[in-house]
Amino acid sequence: MIPIGNVIEHYVLLASVIFVLGAVGFLVRRNALVQLMSVELMLNAVNLALVAFNRQHSSDMNGQMVSFFVIAVAAAEAAVGLAIVLSFYRLKSSVFSDEADSLRH
Amino acid sequence: MSVGDVFFLVAAVVALVGAVWTIASQSPIRSALGLLTTIVGIAALFLRLNAQFLAAIQLIVYAGAVVVLFVFVIMLLGPDAGAVSKRPARARGSRVASAALVFVLAVLLVVSLVGAQPSPTKFRAVSPEYGSVEAVGQLLFSRGLVPFELSTALLIVAAIGAIAVARARHTPKRVKAGESPTRRLFHGPLHPRDAGRPLPKEGLL
Repeated sequence: MIPIGNVIEHYVLLASVIFVLGAVGFLVRRNALVQLMSVELMLNAVNLALVAFNRQHSSDMNGQMVSFFVIAVAAAEAAVGLAIVLSFYRLKSSVFSDEADSLRH
Repeated sequence: MSVGDVFFLVAAVVALVGAVWTIASQSPIRSALGLLTTIVGIAALFLRLNAQFLAAIQLIVYAGAVVVLFVFVIMLLGPDAGAVSKRPARARGSRVASAALVFVLAVLLVVSLVGAQPSPTKFRAVSPEYGSVEAVGQLLFSRGLVPFELSTALLIVAAIGAIAVARARHTPKRVKAGESPTRRLFHGPLHPRDAGRPLPKEGLL
């Protein structure tokens, strides 16, 4: 009988599935807001994997510390990203990332 | 199945459903709600992993700040935030890349499920202090002191940068010159005899 939720494999599997969902969302969606949310999904998945590995090697708590810094960086990234989306909307009246093509031609 | 197993299953399903909801729904406000669901699910998983401090931080920072910021921006943009793009989808490369990612994930899942050990090593028991506010805080202020201070600098720079980027550009307004009580008070004639006379020209002052 395999214990559920008490071995690291389950957490890593779940984190990889959420990470791939975030990556697919970032690649497929064109709404810049949803793309930023997909980035947050990926960061969350990485945090989950970090904390799970830290629980496996539980002699110290460095993984939780790094996860804390990841959360701080994610908050800063969300603030700056949303400001860029607002600025882009003011320029183009749209939130679609495929309309940011001024450097294309 | 013990209580912990059920807890893990419920939290994992909540996180997965939220993630799918985030990337699949058409309206961005529903995507934000899906992100919130995922965040709550992952916070529950943090609790299962004896990371109480991180679970609280996850709820405070993500659910309390990041998702609220997203919702504010969606409200600020109004109906344009959820509009449907009129351009035809052209990005074939990103679709191919995402299909390849899903394929790699499926292969990894099959390989790991087929090659799974019948009895994997369980997590060892930890002391009650593991993951508590006190223990993580002590680590943050001893070994992680320099990155901690750097992250505070990063946050303040990010806040100022966000304001600078998102601020509306105003053209500087001309100060209207003319008869005003304030101008008369500070630049007007001092003697009551001159009260009725017009103010001197701008350049003379």
